[in-house]
Amino acid sequence: MAGITLDSVRKSFGKNEVIHGIDIDIRDGEFIVIVGPSGCGKSTLLRMVAGLETVTSGDITIGDRRVNDLEPMDRDIAMVFQNYALYPHMSVFQNMAYGLKIAGTPKVEIERRVADTAKLLQLEDFLERRPRQLSGGQRQRVAMGRAIVRQPSVFLFDEPLSNLDAKLRVQMRLEIKALQQKLGVTSLYVTHDQVEAMTLAERMIVMNDGVAEQIGEPRDVYAKPATNFVAGFIGSPPMNFFGPSALKGYTGDSGGTLGVRPEHLTLCDETRGRLSGVAKYTEVLGAETLVHLVMNNGESLTIRQDGDSPAPDPGDNCFADFESSNLNVFDSQGRRVT
Amino acid sequence: MSGMVEKRGQGYWLTHVTLITGVLIIFFPIYLAFVASTVTQPEIVKPPMPLLPGDHFLENYREALVSGINAPVWRMLLNSTLMALGIALGKIIISLLSAFAIVYFRFPAKQFFFWLIFLTLMLPVEVRIVPTYEVVANFGMLNSYSGLILPLIASATATFLFRQFFLTVPDELAEAARVDGAKSMRFFIDILLPMSRTNIAALFVILFIYGWNQYLWPLLVTTDPQMNTIVMGIKQMFPSGDDIANWPVIMATAMLAMLPPITVVLFMQKLFIKGLIETEK
Amino acid sequence: MLPLLLLAPQLLVSVVFFFWPAWQAVHQSLYIPDPFGLKSQFVWLGNFEFLLGDQYYRSSFWTTAVFSVLVTAVSMSFALWLAVMADRLIKGSTTYRTLLIWPYAVAPAVAGVLWLFLFNTRVGLVSWYLAQVGYEWNHVLNPNEAMGLVVLASSWGRISYNFLFFLAGLQAIPKSVVEAAAIDGAHFWKRFWTIVFPLLSPITFFLLVVNVVYAFFETFGVIHTITSGGPQQATTILVYKVYADGFVGQDLGSSAAQSVILLIVVGILTVVQFRYIERRVHY
Repeated sequence: MAGITLDSVRKSFGKNEVIHGIDIDIRDGEFIVIVGPSGCGKSTLLRMVAGLETVTSGDITIGDRRVNDLEPMDRDIAMVFQNYALYPHMSVFQNMAYGLKIAGTPKVEIERRVADTAKLLQLEDFLERRPRQLSGGQRQRVAMGRAIVRQPSVFLFDEPLSNLDAKLRVQMRLEIKALQQKLGVTSLYVTHDQVEAMTLAERMIVMNDGVAEQIGEPRDVYAKPATNFVAGFIGSPPMNFFGPSALKGYTGDSGGTLGVRPEHLTLCDETRGRLSGVAKYTEVLGAETLVHLVMNNGESLTIRQDGDSPAPDPGDNCFADFESSNLNVFDSQGRRVT
Repeated sequence: MSGMVEKRGQGYWLTHVTLITGVLIIFFPIYLAFVASTVTQPEIVKPPMPLLPGDHFLENYREALVSGINAPVWRMLLNSTLMALGIALGKIIISLLSAFAIVYFRFPAKQFFFWLIFLTLMLPVEVRIVPTYEVVANFGMLNSYSGLILPLIASATATFLFRQFFLTVPDELAEAARVDGAKSMRFFIDILLPMSRTNIAALFVILFIYGWNQYLWPLLVTTDPQMNTIVMGIKQMFPSGDDIANWPVIMATAMLAMLPPITVVLFMQKLFIKGLIETEK
Repeated sequence: MLPLLLLAPQLLVSVVFFFWPAWQAVHQSLYIPDPFGLKSQFVWLGNFEFLLGDQYYRSSFWTTAVFSVLVTAVSMSFALWLAVMADRLIKGSTTYRTLLIWPYAVAPAVAGVLWLFLFNTRVGLVSWYLAQVGYEWNHVLNPNEAMGLVVLASSWGRISYNFLFFLAGLQAIPKSVVEAAAIDGAHFWKRFWTIVFPLLSPITFFLLVVNVVYAFFETFGVIHTITSGGPQQATTILVYKVYADGFVGQDLGSSAAQSVILLIVVGILTVVQFRYIERRVHY
């Protein structure tokens, strides 16, 4: 068991710096999710922790060892790959046992640990099969099993669910969460899926362009996004952004951007409504309805309301308001002011 | 192509007749060689020779195998086998190693070595026979197995094939092995080699036939009849001048020369076709 | 260090048995050795000039061209015909494939012996039957008959290979395309020439190149066993001439110059083939 520390970790490919200095202290047993759009550097960061990429500058510490110059196998980590990376010519048993075999673990011990892990993952019946004889979900479990069986201090997950269909993804997400809580192993999990990030993470790192825009608990990140990138990236439908002039009676700085989440907006009458626009269309999703307005300055505004609330017709003039505590204010650099 | 379009009719039977004719035409020379290997010399030299096998099969084959004409055929079969195996295995081994180096490592002058090897891709030994012969002679490798084998290994077809295959192996697999603690050679032996099994086998089939069927090179480097390979040895069995060739023994030898590669093709047909198609890609 | 160690065996073999001899060929092609083989005289491109002016060499070029065109045409057309037939079958095309592919395994030299036996002027069955109908077959004396025989023997073993690729190509053509043409009212041969054959063109082109390479370089065994280049050099293809001049005639300078010319021919064919591969990648 070990925590992980990243101390101003940077990565360059040639002259091109892709990670611009990341700092984080990960507690022992904590589940950290790195989330961001593709190309933001999240996988590179994970692979640096794994030892599959070199660190250009800064330090990575696992437990109390600086691991920058250690081979992956010496870092006491295990990794679950996006495409599972199962050895196609080996049985499930051999796949899980391979790392232990290389480490010189006694045969009896290998068999015991693989059996235990297979039981934990309900893979007992498949131990003699080859990966291609397994379903996507089963392969995913084998990939996890291969990580678990080595009893590492750290699990690294590189978009492990992205190859599964939507339903299986939800199920596996829950299983991963349950397993991690049961085993208590420090985990670093990379995904581009914000729902996965929100549901799995104890703390999440939102990355953009090689920079950690925000590090925090999912609830805080959602409620108080540190930048307008985070505000726009986390949450679906995304936060509404508009210039200060669109908000009636706003007296703050006129240079930045204001933001309100769709679920904090309610339709109201003209006298109370600080925002106004023309209804364009509504999306009826059952439990909720999304009302899309176009404001006078041309910016659009999405309102999320209960499915049984009355919705305006296209072309109607509408007014909307929100609790002032739910207003997000960003300065001209996109950083949160309040 | 048109199976779905044109159902059975006269065209259907015509198709079969055409194909069977084609098969017969292709079979005929070999059939006749077989017949010739089972009859006596007088039966052949008084044309037309018989069209049905005679009863001297054992006699002719025994004579060929045990005494032959210049050297016993069993000896030439042995030489051919060693040469074919040497070429096939040698080429596979050095190609696997160099393809592994080229695909999985970064090192200085890699591009240079890459091109050095791939320049040899399509130059058959026939084109550079005289100087190659001199090199082999200078090394004292005339009439030796190494002289038969080594110059024919110097080609990059197999390297190219393995390189193509290694490039299709996902990087994640190498990374997973690294995380599992496998050093590069261990990854090569535990993961890459077993994954290449069918490619290796297919290539083996093709290279074995290639090696077995070599003619010009053995003709040059083996002057001692004891080192002749069977494919080149047949020609040596023809007498010079006006003497009449010992056809039954020569044809028995020809049958024996065809037997191993044909067996390989027929019994490993799938691998053979795979090998053929992949080496040409 | 490790990667260089892994490369070492192949590099060593390539340098010793490929690059060094190739360099030697280029080097020797610029010299003429004296009759005793003691000294060589540097003659620049003299050997090449001599070759290009030599009527035997020029006719060898012509022989090679005729030979490879004939071998390619005979083996490819026969193979295509068989493949089209086999492809028409709903069942059984694999059986025919099995029956047709194995001559690939017969060495060109052995094929030469088999055909020599059929057409041998004394004992050959075919030549005997030809004599019965009044045709005196004698490839030992008649240049055209000699050429015909080496073409037959060289094409025979090659049919398997071409058949295999043509059949694979035909089976890869989507049925729906052919069926659409059938619905449009095209008959079998009309469909073949307007739809199927154009779709086969990449494979046909590929086989063209490969067969030319085969006819140039891999038919030495056939020539050597059947005609030894004769009569009157009528079947002396370029590769045979390199051998004949270098080993039999001991004219090393000329033989080396011929090797260099062949190197260039191979280079051109390789470029053609690579361009073909590249084009196929873009498909």
